[in-house]
Amino acid sequence: MAVSKLFGASIKRREDPRLITGKATYTDDLQLPGMAYAQIVRSPHAHARITRLDVEAARRYPGVVAVYTGRDLQGVLNPIPTAWLIPNSDLKTPPHPALAVDTVRYVGDGVAVVVAEDRYTARDAAGLIEVDYEPLPAVVDQVKAVEQSDAPQLHAEAPRNVAFTWVLASGDADKAFQEAERDGVIVSQGFINQRLIPNAMEPRSVVARYNSGSGELTVWYTTQNPHIARLLMSVVTGIPEQKVRIIAPEVGGGFGSKIPFYPDEAIVAFCARHTGRPVKWTEDRRENYLTTIHGRDHVTDLDVAARKDGTITAVRGKTWANLGAYLSTAAPGIPTILHGLMLTGCYTIPNVSYKVVGVFTNTAPVDAYRGAGRPEATYLIERMMDCLAARLGLDPADVRRRNFIPPDRFPYTTATGLTYDSGNYEPALDKALEAIEYSRIREDQKKGPKNGRYLGVGLSTYTEICGMGPSAVVGSTGFQGGLWESAVVRLHPTGKATVFTGTSPHGQGEETTFAQIVADELGLPIDDIDVVHGDTGAGPMGWGTYGSRTTVVGGGAIALAARRVREKAAKIAAHLLEAAEGDLVFDQGRFFVRGSPDRAKTIQEATLQAYLAWNLPPGVEPSMEASAFYDPSNFTFPFGTHVAVVKVNAETGEIEFRRYVAVDDCGKVINPLIVDGQVHGGIVQGVAQALWEGAVYNTEGQLLTGSMADYAVPKAHMFPTFRTDRTETPSPHNPLGVKGVGETGTIASTPAVVNAVIDALRPFGIMHLDMPLTPERVWTAIHGKSRR
Amino acid sequence: MKRTVRVTVNGVTHTHEVEPRLLLVHYIRDTLGLTGTHIGCDTSNCGTCTILMNGRAVKSCTLLAAQADGAKLQTVEGLATNGELHPIQEGFWEEHGLQCGFCTPGMMLAALDLLQRVPNPTEEQIRWGIEGNLCRCTGYQHIINSIQYAAQKMRGETPRKAAR
Repeated sequence: MAVSKLFGASIKRREDPRLITGKATYTDDLQLPGMAYAQIVRSPHAHARITRLDVEAARRYPGVVAVYTGRDLQGVLNPIPTAWLIPNSDLKTPPHPALAVDTVRYVGDGVAVVVAEDRYTARDAAGLIEVDYEPLPAVVDQVKAVEQSDAPQLHAEAPRNVAFTWVLASGDADKAFQEAERDGVIVSQGFINQRLIPNAMEPRSVVARYNSGSGELTVWYTTQNPHIARLLMSVVTGIPEQKVRIIAPEVGGGFGSKIPFYPDEAIVAFCARHTGRPVKWTEDRRENYLTTIHGRDHVTDLDVAARKDGTITAVRGKTWANLGAYLSTAAPGIPTILHGLMLTGCYTIPNVSYKVVGVFTNTAPVDAYRGAGRPEATYLIERMMDCLAARLGLDPADVRRRNFIPPDRFPYTTATGLTYDSGNYEPALDKALEAIEYSRIREDQKKGPKNGRYLGVGLSTYTEICGMGPSAVVGSTGFQGGLWESAVVRLHPTGKATVFTGTSPHGQGEETTFAQIVADELGLPIDDIDVVHGDTGAGPMGWGTYGSRTTVVGGGAIALAARRVREKAAKIAAHLLEAAEGDLVFDQGRFFVRGSPDRAKTIQEATLQAYLAWNLPPGVEPSMEASAFYDPSNFTFPFGTHVAVVKVNAETGEIEFRRYVAVDDCGKVINPLIVDGQVHGGIVQGVAQALWEGAVYNTEGQLLTGSMADYAVPKAHMFPTFRTDRTETPSPHNPLGVKGVGETGTIASTPAVVNAVIDALRPFGIMHLDMPLTPERVWTAIHGKSRR
Repeated sequence: MKRTVRVTVNGVTHTHEVEPRLLLVHYIRDTLGLTGTHIGCDTSNCGTCTILMNGRAVKSCTLLAAQADGAKLQTVEGLATNGELHPIQEGFWEEHGLQCGFCTPGMMLAALDLLQRVPNPTEEQIRWGIEGNLCRCTGYQHIINSIQYAAQKMRGETPRKAAR
């Protein structure tokens, strides 16, 4: 590799050779001797009492190893816990049994499990289980679930289906709204942030093996955070934590859906323990749609108060957040901490009054989906900026400029209580507007529609909270864990290195970026460095991959550990060179005496001596490794501007997605190629929410979008080529100056596209449409209006 | 009840007695142990199970193993020859055409089918040519670049990396 400094280099990924040759091992690829297969029997009703459950025919079916019901698990498995107990919110945490015992609360709720010799037999036998249900009325709409007095109740512990009411108040919003009423403007708008299905391409899968001789439980499974999974597996099964090993082999995407601890992993572990056989369970896509967490699903009423020049003085609102039937692992924190606190975006809005009601409904649990709370917040404020601009007859770019936090006010404490680490918003906006040729588009718009096609341009100037996070702060928000990260950098006697991280990348490329960090810190050839992750048996405790934290916090820990290794190597090198440590210079893996570049020892030579231990300086222990446990002092706040250009065909309501520019600032960039890939993927998921995707339940709680044939996962031909660019404003508080980029595209793109479509529809007097902006919805809005 | 299936997979001929209902993808993965072919859905939408059957891309979750009797199959494991990557694999590696890698084997085989029919595709032809394959990670743009890279290489040209 002819790159002297790897930080900042677009080197190709080191994880790819196994992935492109079919040599990678995902969970479902595993075959263990004696392995049996589990099939979970799931409720076809959204809400029902189980009046009879007969498993005898299934038990007698040839090839069946065991059948278990909710009663068999009762008292053996503890309820599936929630790990984000948001404070000051009257949070209710009704028990979530791994398999339902008396009552099912959503379509897909598990009622029994069959273990059989092969997956076909398991499925056959599952079909023989007889369950009599007494259907109960169901509720899927979170506003109805709370506000309708006769709405069905899901849990006795949560009257009116309210899981929590969370209130955020800062400054004096009432006064600001009174002033705006007298001498300014108030804009009010309702917004629906529809429910989405994450759709990681790899379905969830679990392989569990229990050794009754040693008491050890080993579980291979599709998780983004094996150490958290071990902790929760221990809590739920009662197996001591040191006896539990969780391995995340290759994981085929997660987007948040593989953070939670699901009932299924506990059920499969139970089956392995009680049958004495290794057991595999892999969901099919229908199960994935029914039972893997969904994301978003907010209904919001929002008002902003502003002066006539466009300066926003206050934001006020209420959101009903649908949480589904049970509280998933991080569910309470998503629509509150990760959403409400980001409500003011990148703007100096001094007064905030916001209430979030978390609601139980007869639907799949809702938890973190890429962006997790922040896309919802960004959508609200970025749509509001355009609504305000339209009301005042101002350009949306100008309204944003007027409200931006100025660069000289960082670190900036928001009205919501966060401290943004660094930011410089206008250069990113300028760059994006220039790239898209904004003024030319505005000129073209003035010429009117061409062939019935209306041109629109939409902006999104976002910031988001990443790099989760300082443990004491997340602890104060009720998160039941720390969010520091661990690293071990170990040099072997031959001078090669193994790096252990507590994060668990699953497509984000950190086997490459982490190696780039270590290669630079230690002057090692990158091919001499391996990065190990995803195995609780291999490295120290860590917290996993989500919240754009892996490179920020995990990378920070690795940099610190590598620097400790270098310090130790310097001591040994100085001793071998009979020089003072302070006289040594380190460059490209060599320690040499200042002014005498030939008096040198390589880091590999120092490492060999560290292992031989024949001649170590006093007080220096043998071996060459260091660990670091890095707890960041703050979150990071990447930002940027995304711009979309669309044309709307007024005759058909179809949207032609023409151009897209993304200018992101994620601080220092380690590998631009990988960063571009993250941005592209994020944009596609965010655009898909704007235009196509949406999970739909009917009023009885049946998922109408229950397969990939019914739910619009986007395809390649639905997009133009994206143009990406960057500005660079390093984070001032972490060892690498990085900020995280895994979620920016998803957060930024949804409002950019919706703003573009509404911009195109302005000649029709349309101020807002809810997503997804299907041709039908757009056509109805155009033709409904023009007929009046 | 069992049926005899004789297939040639990546140049090796196999004969097995299988249940008539056994899906081809399960035969490939579980019986032959070729786990590079993945399963992402049950409705033939995602394309992760795409393989080549007698040279054309098919979704192996939508065929029975019995239907492949007598066929020549190629899976991702058969792309590289003598340790040398196929141009399509090289393209995906050079142009960062994958992230989690789960859709990648099917995506590469669908792309190969396209390039065998259309050796010099436009971007639009590539975008439509892989419409049967879903990727949730990459946003497709680097996949397009990867396929363009492979197309050049397969035409005997020295591939130019995509502009960034």
